[in-house]
Amino acid sequence: MKVAFEINGKPVEIDVEPRLSLADCLRDVLGLTGTHLGCEHGVCGACTVIVDGEAVRSCLTLAVQSDGRKIVTVEGLSDDERLSPLQAAFRRNHALQCGFCTPGMVTTAHALLSEEPDADAERVREVLSGNICRCTGYMPIVEAVLEARAAYADGEDGS
Amino acid sequence: MTAPNRLIGSPLERVEDLRLLRGRGQFVADINREGQLHAVILRSSVAHGRLQNIDTGAALQLAGVHAILTAVDLGTPVPVLPIRLQPLPELEPFRQPMLAHDRVRYVGEPLAVIVAESPAIAEDALDLIDVDIESLPAITDRTQAEAGDTILFEEHGSNVSMQWNAVKGDADAAFAKADYTRRETFRVQRHAALFMEPRGFVAEWDAEAERLTVWGAAKVAFANRKILAATMGLPLDRIDMLEGDVGGSFGSRGEFYPEDFLIPFAARHLGRPIKWVEDRREHLMAANHARQIECDVEIAATRDGKILGLRGRNWTDNGAYIRTNGSIAPRNAAQFMSGAYDIEHIALTSFSLTTNKTPTGTYRGPGRFEPDFVRERLIDLMAKDLGLDPLEVRRRNLVPADKMPYPLATMTPFESVTELDSGDNHALLDRCLDEFGWAEKIKLQGKCIDGRYHGVSVGCFIEGGAAGPSEDARIVLETDGTFSVYLGSSGVGQGIETIMGQIAGDALEVPFERVRVHCGSTGFVAEGYGSFHSRSTVMGGSAIVMAAEALKAKLKNVAARVLGCAPEAVMLDADGARDGSGNAVSYADLSDQPVEAEARFENKKYTYAYGSLAAHVAVDPKTGQVDILDVASTKDVGRMINPATLNGQSVGSIVQGLGGALLEEFVYDSDGQLLTGTLADYLLPTASDFPNIRSTVIELAPSPHNPLGAKGAGEGEIIPVGGVIANAVAQALANFGVEPMALPLSPPNVWRLIQDAQSKQGVSS
Repeated sequence: MKVAFEINGKPVEIDVEPRLSLADCLRDVLGLTGTHLGCEHGVCGACTVIVDGEAVRSCLTLAVQSDGRKIVTVEGLSDDERLSPLQAAFRRNHALQCGFCTPGMVTTAHALLSEEPDADAERVREVLSGNICRCTGYMPIVEAVLEARAAYADGEDGS
Repeated sequence: MTAPNRLIGSPLERVEDLRLLRGRGQFVADINREGQLHAVILRSSVAHGRLQNIDTGAALQLAGVHAILTAVDLGTPVPVLPIRLQPLPELEPFRQPMLAHDRVRYVGEPLAVIVAESPAIAEDALDLIDVDIESLPAITDRTQAEAGDTILFEEHGSNVSMQWNAVKGDADAAFAKADYTRRETFRVQRHAALFMEPRGFVAEWDAEAERLTVWGAAKVAFANRKILAATMGLPLDRIDMLEGDVGGSFGSRGEFYPEDFLIPFAARHLGRPIKWVEDRREHLMAANHARQIECDVEIAATRDGKILGLRGRNWTDNGAYIRTNGSIAPRNAAQFMSGAYDIEHIALTSFSLTTNKTPTGTYRGPGRFEPDFVRERLIDLMAKDLGLDPLEVRRRNLVPADKMPYPLATMTPFESVTELDSGDNHALLDRCLDEFGWAEKIKLQGKCIDGRYHGVSVGCFIEGGAAGPSEDARIVLETDGTFSVYLGSSGVGQGIETIMGQIAGDALEVPFERVRVHCGSTGFVAEGYGSFHSRSTVMGGSAIVMAAEALKAKLKNVAARVLGCAPEAVMLDADGARDGSGNAVSYADLSDQPVEAEARFENKKYTYAYGSLAAHVAVDPKTGQVDILDVASTKDVGRMINPATLNGQSVGSIVQGLGGALLEEFVYDSDGQLLTGTLADYLLPTASDFPNIRSTVIELAPSPHNPLGAKGAGEGEIIPVGGVIANAVAQALANFGVEPMALPLSPPNVWRLIQDAQSKQGVSS
């Protein structure tokens, strides 16, 4: 099936099997391997991408469902020059170890703060509770997201 | 080390983060080779049975399927997984074949490899394969295993695969004259490391050069290269194992599994690059499980609470086979049951049992988390029986600083003697109590506030590290003036590039930015032992210190020729070399050839880090829910390299421990079917579960055994969590008479404990 959507600001038009997941499409067809597959059953959140502003599990979404939508992956959150304020906050707070869950954490947090730049710690924990990290124990991730709020409130989040 | 020390001890931001945060990491699933095919593994859906037939006819007809390999394709005899650590001959009958042939022994056991144009086609083909297995009764618990009505390895004649003994002093004599003894049975549930990146490999065979390249190496690439060379009949130097970004190990990832052989074998067999990445359901039934143990242990003490001895038996449920490191948990559970405490008389035996479940291996703090739960519970039970303060009992029994080095029990077979090296348990306990705010929180002990009962507890632990025999480092001054550090240690997500860069920068006396660290791959150094047993920082870091000294000596010789002076007159600084009379040459201009030096750090003595961990819980008796209100830990690591990454290890380790104490459990039914085959069934900690976790890491007693003075520190705080949380729950529910003897303390389990205690009290009153 033919499908056309916008990926990190660029239009693409591709022909895919109807059963292809959006995650496999991003990784295998478009070469955007920053989106990670940790469980392929919608629990771990590593594959989270932003579809029309909302955090979405790309492993539970079919590529053909993305027709006409705007998709942002972790690769689309920063440029070559520097980390986005959210990514920099992750680094400052040592909010990642192995880094496998990190793309999903960053996209989830970006979607949250874009809508709710004043989210409190409890709200941040609630939203991030859909993303599993086995390394950090989450404390520094929550700190990083809270610290990044200022950039979103000021409109300097890089998006 | 005499160099001015600026980088070591600094919480530097990690170099790894720049790629990982932007989706530019290169994990194994991100690797693709020209012309590659994809493999999936057909696994047994039956826990125990005789494998009669695998009919691949229909599957082979499917367009896009290239091959289906079964055990007959692997040659005779079918190769088996070797035992990497403590390879006792007694364990050999229990090794796992790379593909099952006559028997299947657990759900998830590999039966065949399907190779196709895409993973989707391979999965379609998998559904077309018809497997005929004649079912046998499944052994799923200790009682069945010991009864022996069904035996997994009939030629062995018993489901007990092995026994280990930990002995010190004369336990029976100590028990005979003790004022007090108590014997209890404890259980820890089956759970696992559950690293987030699924396992995977890409293997490519170059027929012309007869060379094999394997992407996806982790943890112990050099050891796995040896295994692969032996099982594939190749010389070592024909295999390259390449390590990319690795999404966590915690002991489990990077051990040699059947797929570590099957994928390279298939690549050579078909002459095409082959890629395989497991899915999570596969992972839950295929990767090593851990921790399942039953302990019948007795404590002896004087009436004022001085512990005299420990004796008893442990039974570990090792699953269907003994894998590469399957003996570590049972042996450790015996040797480390005394932990940080001064216990003179010990007689503990561990038996490993074969059952029809996924085989087991190490998981962070292997055979340490389990006996810490047993010992810390016994200490609290003893304190209660004797009317003593459990905190004072711990103080009375900790190994005092002036008794170090302090010997632990001696293990046989594979005799091993080890001793606690240097440290101050009492100072760490006091510091932990301060950090935790014990004096205030203890006032809430057993109190009911807004319907929840509060409990606090503290426990003490040791963490072994720095397993030998050696580690290699090679440092190269490149012609652009930068330094490349090559290391046998492996990156498994712990930030090793950054930590080793700090050590190298200080040792070379050059800025951090001038150093690049390359880890894990087999081509980098002659030999490597990888990342386990909290060994990388100590072993790899010490090798870097030595290699830096050797390189600096070489550079002085090179510079002496350039500057026209004696080598002794050359001084090295951050920019390059200079002599005493104002002549200088930068590192970039020093040589038009790279200059390199290699060194090997050898070590036979383990390091021990010491620490304490305190917890405050609140338990709702109506639901059995245990809320963790606060956890604070303190640990002495001798020397900190990067406080940020170190604290990250500590907090992460505590939260993993809380998962094991409260949430995580592999559940099997009586047929040996795994009931927790998704992450919706196997509960991992999430961001909203444990919001208050604090760790303090200090430098108190440097290790006497390495030039850094560092102690292995990647595991420690997970070790005491089960015992401390169970004791805090017992304190909270003291009014109900609840004494947890098993983990996890999940809401249904705690609720049941309360119901049982109440009905017992009802009967007795």
